[in-house]
Amino acid sequence: MNALQPAQEHRLFVGRLLVVAGLIALLTTIVAIQVFRLQVWDHDHYATQSTHNIIALLPIAPLRGRILDRRGQVLADDRTSFALAITPNKAIHLVETIHRLQKILPINAEDQKRFNHDLAHAHPYQPVLLRRDLNPDELAAFAVQRHQFPGVEIQTRIKRHYPYGSLFAHVLGYVGRLTPAEISENQTADYAGLDSIGKNGLEAQYEALLKGQPGNQEVEVDARGRTLHSRLCNSAQQGTTLHTTLDLAVQQAAARAMAGQQGAVVALDPQNGGVLAAYSAPAFDPNAFVDGLSTAVWTRLRDDPGTPMTNRFLRGSYPPGSTIKPFVALNALHDKAVTDDQRLAGGAYYQIPGTKHKYYDWKPGGHGAENLREAIRDSNDVYFYQIAMRLGVTQLGNGLAHFGFGQRSGVDLPGESTGVVPSPDWLRQRYGQTWYQGQTVMMGIGQGYLLSTPLQLARATASIANGGRLVTPHVEQSPDSVTQALDFSPDDIAVIQDAMRDAVTSGTGKSLANDFHTIAGKTGTAQIHHAQRNDSGRVLHNTNQLWQDHALFIAYAPTDHPRIAVAVVVEHGGHGGRTAGPVARAVIDAYLNTVTASEINP
Amino acid sequence: MNWRIRLLRPLRKLDPALMTGIVILMLISLAVLYSGSQESIRVVLAQLLRFAVGIVVLVIVANTPPERIRAWAPALYAIGIILLAITLVAGKTSLGARRWLGVGPLTFQPSELMKLALPLFLAYYYSQQENVRHWLSAIAGFVLIAIPFLLIAKEPDLGTAAQIGAAGVFMMWLAGVRRRWFVGLVILVAVSGPVLWHFLHGYQKERILTFLDPQRDPLGAGYHIIQSMIAVGSGGFWGKGWFNGTQVNLDFLPEAQTDFVFAGFAEEFGLVGVIVLISTYLLIVLRGLVIAYESRDSFGRLIAGTLSLTFFLYIFINMGMTTGILPVVGVPLPLISYGGTAMLTFMVGLGILMSVHAHPRTHE
Repeated sequence: MNALQPAQEHRLFVGRLLVVAGLIALLTTIVAIQVFRLQVWDHDHYATQSTHNIIALLPIAPLRGRILDRRGQVLADDRTSFALAITPNKAIHLVETIHRLQKILPINAEDQKRFNHDLAHAHPYQPVLLRRDLNPDELAAFAVQRHQFPGVEIQTRIKRHYPYGSLFAHVLGYVGRLTPAEISENQTADYAGLDSIGKNGLEAQYEALLKGQPGNQEVEVDARGRTLHSRLCNSAQQGTTLHTTLDLAVQQAAARAMAGQQGAVVALDPQNGGVLAAYSAPAFDPNAFVDGLSTAVWTRLRDDPGTPMTNRFLRGSYPPGSTIKPFVALNALHDKAVTDDQRLAGGAYYQIPGTKHKYYDWKPGGHGAENLREAIRDSNDVYFYQIAMRLGVTQLGNGLAHFGFGQRSGVDLPGESTGVVPSPDWLRQRYGQTWYQGQTVMMGIGQGYLLSTPLQLARATASIANGGRLVTPHVEQSPDSVTQALDFSPDDIAVIQDAMRDAVTSGTGKSLANDFHTIAGKTGTAQIHHAQRNDSGRVLHNTNQLWQDHALFIAYAPTDHPRIAVAVVVEHGGHGGRTAGPVARAVIDAYLNTVTASEINP
Repeated sequence: MNWRIRLLRPLRKLDPALMTGIVILMLISLAVLYSGSQESIRVVLAQLLRFAVGIVVLVIVANTPPERIRAWAPALYAIGIILLAITLVAGKTSLGARRWLGVGPLTFQPSELMKLALPLFLAYYYSQQENVRHWLSAIAGFVLIAIPFLLIAKEPDLGTAAQIGAAGVFMMWLAGVRRRWFVGLVILVAVSGPVLWHFLHGYQKERILTFLDPQRDPLGAGYHIIQSMIAVGSGGFWGKGWFNGTQVNLDFLPEAQTDFVFAGFAEEFGLVGVIVLISTYLLIVLRGLVIAYESRDSFGRLIAGTLSLTFFLYIFINMGMTTGILPVVGVPLPLISYGGTAMLTFMVGLGILMSVHAHPRTHE
């Protein structure tokens, strides 16, 4: 191949240069088209995306509605809480900063553990909480030296607060951390900016009312989410205040009287069903749940043999024992199984005709022949064994159902138990067993499979107190209370009322006798299955408290115009009159004293 | 001859058209950097200082006759190769790649030297070659390209290697190497692509996959492309206005002052600004091609043509990647991006163009 001449070479070069120019023209056109496409054709799309980048609609959390007692005392509200937070990328040296902070504020291992956990899940420019709930002294101590701690700041947080701690634990419930499952269940927008939700009790029941409506603000942010400007769009609406029928003084009296014991107290206004007090012992401090339970507290609550998390007044199912007798008796009068002046044979025990088994009375030797009023006063077991046999299991069960036993009361609290009113069908379905007559006999004195919650007992007691109206218990104050007139004659009810009055003045409930108020009541003792008994069914002396029977008491006062109906269960309390009675009396006194006082000095 | 004439005489070697383009680009650069740096005077002054140094270098190179530049070409190439070899053995590692050579506090990328040394040496070689149509000239060219290409690709810095390789191939094209070699090269690249894929590093594969589908990982690798396209697109016809670019000023656009400076410019100055910018670049590139066309000296026209085309290539790659038509490779926008090394390279290249134009037919 020959070498090219300079002229040829130049022509070749120019040709190649033209190709290059063509390439440049082509590539420039491609870029120009793409820029035109982005900036003109698809401009709207990218302009929108650019706006989405910078404008964020941020939620504003609403204050939760307060919960008040009947006199306006605050039982739950939102408090401002101060927390110490560190923004990791602003702090100079994280470990050293925390170390220096520890010299001016207490920061315990639990705080550090939570901080390290949250730190691992946070962006370096997001503040992470180190210490929650600073008290004013700690706040002041930090404020003085804050310039020495770059990246450390005080955060103001709104936090649910229960000023009376464990006092209203089971009735109020508590709020806790909103879980992802709860968010997807509910409208996400309704919970924008909120991190807690009512988990139990009134807080859960009235969640929709208490929650409030989140507001929002338009915020201009940069790529790191830092706020540059903000503009309020909708302010948050605080949740509605919940006015309850609860009475602080009565609840306090119940808690004091139950101190150191396990059990439950329910006090109702018998006229309208308003819940004056509802206490389950032992209780827990709902404030511990608000920011999420620490492992230590959770372990302690879970392993406590007294099961403080159990709501005994709503879910505790106890054999009502002799407290069932007034209701059995009223049914017997109504069904004409017995008349009020008819005396039935007494004795140490009862035997079903044609059988050998002896059903003993609680009192050694038993009582003499008594009429109905006397039988209730003395809690005559042999009398009620006979009444039960006269009624039969079906009539007995249907009668008790009239007073609300075996059904939910309809109270405005979540998780209520039904209790049990047994029947032959129920026994077959539940345990595959055949009913025998002895079980009917035991049902007459509130033993066996018959189970009632303290709330059911209080409700049934209220229906005697108010002259035969079954109220629907409620904690929220509502003008229209639901009551249901029972089909009992006023005369029959008066007999039962007098008998319960007798029980307090001269019968088994004498511990309630009181110079100030006229109280009517009935004791009860619920047998514990595993208690050791002698042949007559009496518990052998045993120092172990867990082998003792449960003590029960139902009462109402004053007798002429009842304003309070109470049911008390003291677990392993032995005889009802001795341990449960004083609790009932303390509750009644607390209420009637304040009511009287407020009526004298309105 | 008084001192004033003595001082101004070197400026006579400067090409008015090229200088106009350079000054416009410098003004655009300062405007964009001032806005993008939250109005930082420090950033603007630093860039201004670099421009000043760049202009001094440009004037010196423009006053250096092409034959002297040509005489240095073999030595520059040799030094470049040696430095690349040293870098591979003893270079500073940053982000998993050995690209820098350090002498005390100074660091230096030998690949930057090679961007000029390779075209110069190839121009030197082909300008003295009797018969470029001979197959040996083609083989020699490929070998001269392959040595630095492989050394840089090994760092690894595939982007720079490809740019240097491309510049070498342009040179061979302008020198008149037979077309069949270029056809063969295209076929070879197309065929070996899938094979080479297996030799790519993870991040290199990731970049290419991300380019093909930015939504694959919108907060990770795709973030740059997505935010850059939003910046360009949201600028619209007139732009959001100086200082009003939210993508660039609120940190949504990454590398807003270096590799993605075009997106910030397009956001604030819109299609109108982009047209002005592209026109300015075309002015420089076309002026360079005209210089190559007019040059009667074989070395001069080869180096002028190649440098012009390479200059354009940088513009195309940078705009292509910021607008989403090319994968993200670290290529600065000539004379606009913040940074010194690349700007110096461009200034030297433009100086060579002016030198070729100012010293006609001194060779031969």
